[in-house]
Amino acid sequence: MTTSKKELAVAALRSGTVIDHIPSSMLFKAVRILGIENLDTQLTIGNNLESQRLGTKGIIKVADVFFPEEIINRIALIAPTAVVNIIRDFNVVEKRQVVLPDTIVGIVKCDNPKCISNNEPMRSRFNVISRNPVTIRCHYCGHTTTNDKANV
Amino acid sequence: MCLGSKKFRTFVSGYAGVSAITPHSAMNPKSLVAISDISKDEILRLLEVARYFEQNPNHKILDGKVVATLFFEPSTRTRLSFETAVNRLGGRVIGFSDASTTSSSKGETLKDTIKMVSNYVDLIIMRHYLEGAARYAAEVTDTPVINAGDGANQHPSQTMLDLYSIYKTQGRLDNLDITMVGDLKYGRTVHSLLMALRHFSPRFKFVACDELMMPREYMEICDKYNIPYEVHTDFSPEVINSTDILYMTRVQRERFSDIMEYERVKDLYSLHNDMLAESRPNMRILHPLPRVNEINPDVDDNPKAYYFEQARNGLYARQALICRALDIDVLNNQSHH
Repeated sequence: MTTSKKELAVAALRSGTVIDHIPSSMLFKAVRILGIENLDTQLTIGNNLESQRLGTKGIIKVADVFFPEEIINRIALIAPTAVVNIIRDFNVVEKRQVVLPDTIVGIVKCDNPKCISNNEPMRSRFNVISRNPVTIRCHYCGHTTTNDKANV
Repeated sequence: MCLGSKKFRTFVSGYAGVSAITPHSAMNPKSLVAISDISKDEILRLLEVARYFEQNPNHKILDGKVVATLFFEPSTRTRLSFETAVNRLGGRVIGFSDASTTSSSKGETLKDTIKMVSNYVDLIIMRHYLEGAARYAAEVTDTPVINAGDGANQHPSQTMLDLYSIYKTQGRLDNLDITMVGDLKYGRTVHSLLMALRHFSPRFKFVACDELMMPREYMEICDKYNIPYEVHTDFSPEVINSTDILYMTRVQRERFSDIMEYERVKDLYSLHNDMLAESRPNMRILHPLPRVNEINPDVDDNPKAYYFEQARNGLYARQALICRALDIDVLNNQSHH
């Protein structure tokens, strides 16, 4: 059995989604971005767990819910290391890294107080202009920021 | 396993304010928000049209068209120039030059104002004090929108008149020595001009104090397009004498965190007539205006001073932009009017 299977077996999630390897400092931002606070299914959130790669990590386990890829990829901005595991009948049937989309809509607040997106009832919109380091540019005012400074 | 059973769900966003990937609103392709939205060929074509209007300023091709000039922030020069352009083309103008007299002072959103005005007019020309306002306005309406300046962000019609001025005085746009002086950090005109000239193999000299130097990202754009550039903190005769276009900008006091630094540099980048003695015969001095003390009035009578003619070119450049926005092909299809 793979290590991931052993690791996941701890929670004994029969079916659902496990998002692993989230940097600890970003865990609750990830929860907010995914909008899972009001779910009525079993939800396990763990933080400051040991991680060889990250030092400490956060993890989110959601029973019986499968997220569309574009929803889950939204956390790639703040948690590019996150790995998504799809579980069915206690088996990991799919495992993939989150992928940063080219455009990020409605997640980041522009830092420029004179940006139209901070002054109208509208969604913010950022374009990814560099992936390493992750740099995003406001589609409206052109203000750029990096993922660690982005106002999520 | 039965995926269709009630037990399994596909997640639908429960986070208010965030929806799944939203299709990008389709703005009218004739809208002009930033100079980087238009191609090299289109720039060259616009310059041809501007030249046509310089020869035929009163060509009545906007008969029956109504154009809105929405100036949420006052700007005499740009507004009068756009309105003159519409009038000389035979169109009608509605609009305002002060947002305090409009519903936006009652809290109406920009979107609602734009939607409402779109019902009445064929073209919207807008200046706004917020950055990105023009892009947003263009996204919420099918009516073409021309950005007449959005805060410190973009001002493409200024860039078109700068390009037309360069083209007129030099006979070409390519392979020119262009020197930009003054506030290169915050000056939107120099950034847009650099973006537009990237198509035309220029050689740049950037002259500014460290605090107002050309931002890194624009130097990276030069690198990307193999455009040579020199960085100078000294406004020296060597720089002036090896230049075809000397593009002066205003150094604004409010840009400085340290007032002492402003006092130190404010006169370092001002041009006097005696500095032009050895300059190239074809050299011309441009300035987006208004100027304060960066060009001494003793330069005004030098034939190389071009900033007042430059402002007049704004009329022809804007006539060309208005025709582009309304999809009127002036050069090839004059007869249908």
